[in-house]
Amino acid sequence: MTFPIYVAPEQVVREKSEFARKGIARGRSIAAIEYADGVLLLAENPSTALKKISEVYDRIAFAGVGRYNEFELLRKAGIRQADLMGYLYSRDDVNAQAVASMFSEALGAIFSREPKPYEVEVLIAEVGDPNRLYRISYDGTLFDERRVAAIGGKAEVLAENLRKAWKEGLDVEAALAIGKEAFRAAEGRESEGWEAAVLDRTNGRRAFRRLQLSE
Amino acid sequence: MKLSLPLLFDIPAPGTSFTDLLKTLGYTASLDIGGAAESLRTPEGTTVLALRFQGGVVMIGDRQATEGNQVAHREIRKVFPADLFSAVAIAGTAGLAIEMVRLFQVELEHYEKIEGSRLSLEGKAAFLARLVRSQLPMAFQGLFVVPLFAGYDLLSGRGRLYTYDVVGGRYEENNFGSTGSGASLAKSYLRANFADNFTAEQAVDVGVGALVSAAQEDTATGGPDLRRGIFPTVLVIDSDGVKELSDTEVRPAAEKAVENIR
Repeated sequence: MTFPIYVAPEQVVREKSEFARKGIARGRSIAAIEYADGVLLLAENPSTALKKISEVYDRIAFAGVGRYNEFELLRKAGIRQADLMGYLYSRDDVNAQAVASMFSEALGAIFSREPKPYEVEVLIAEVGDPNRLYRISYDGTLFDERRVAAIGGKAEVLAENLRKAWKEGLDVEAALAIGKEAFRAAEGRESEGWEAAVLDRTNGRRAFRRLQLSE
Repeated sequence: MKLSLPLLFDIPAPGTSFTDLLKTLGYTASLDIGGAAESLRTPEGTTVLALRFQGGVVMIGDRQATEGNQVAHREIRKVFPADLFSAVAIAGTAGLAIEMVRLFQVELEHYEKIEGSRLSLEGKAAFLARLVRSQLPMAFQGLFVVPLFAGYDLLSGRGRLYTYDVVGGRYEENNFGSTGSGASLAKSYLRANFADNFTAEQAVDVGVGALVSAAQEDTATGGPDLRRGIFPTVLVIDSDGVKELSDTEVRPAAEKAVENIR
């Protein structure tokens, strides 16, 4: 009879974390910035076809970094959950926290049960009073952020840069300028292309709009 | 509020359809009601119509729901925007029809969000046919829903409209279409008054005229109620999207149509 080799849980967690972090660090980052009328999501994304930012519900948006197929699964699950809740109950009963905690549960379960954890980090933004920014890491840890948030390889530096530059009552152009500058400083180079979207409370029921950036 | 929903992550991927998702999760109502429906009396919606104009399509519906020989609701809504560029109107059992519209609206938005692009107008029309067909068992028991679908086709740059039958048959109409108890009356009026080069305003006038004309003969159809200030629902769909006319915008057309009654 053979016994599986015993590996201490600490070691399993450490190695899985290291693996996931490495995967995420290879990818580009995404920032969320609150402004006067809503929330701006800004991603460095050279592709115009593959999107990292998406609409989830009337006032909720999703952004994901890391492995495309993995965060795409999460994105679709989020849309399904939101549409289902809104259909079964009321559109008012759909909120970012429920979506974020579903992601947190799913990523947590995958991290502890599956041999390979997901190499992703996701961000859920909601425009409202107050706005909500949730960041969920590869192991399912859920962070509740305010004003600015960042995910991806350079998340920490990026968030720090954004925090320093952020002011109350920014308009969308100013938020965009802060975002771009924070990316430039964090990456030490010019961007290879932007993907940007807003959740703006002046947009009516569906607050989500993609921004076409000339740069 | 945290609801105890299943982790939508774990279910077998049901593709992009929200309706299929509901089915997978077992949220669709059972349709097997035996012969009980024959004794049911439920409010029914009556006349709705749509007609093309240069650059788009207008959709109009009366506001009355009838239950046998009684008025069940005076201000019901039967014409709904389906998404940014299309609208759906309903006739038949009101309760089922309104629910079908709600599902259709969620379905279109769900597809748009999942796929990152909108369904074509043809695709939306085909999906609506599927929804109607799924109600077939109910239709045999007298609870039927017959929609009318119209929209601005971004691919061909014009307004298009579709009528349906109770088994989910889908028929594209060239110029105008109507469904409900007053449909044949409305269609005769439209046949006599339709012109190919209508502006949106002319189409609204003729459409409201057709509805008022139908209300003269069909007791189930409610004409404009000028005293109570209840006017038909009017949606204008063109390259800018769906626009609902306000009561003050509909009033002149309604007054003119009522005045023209002989």
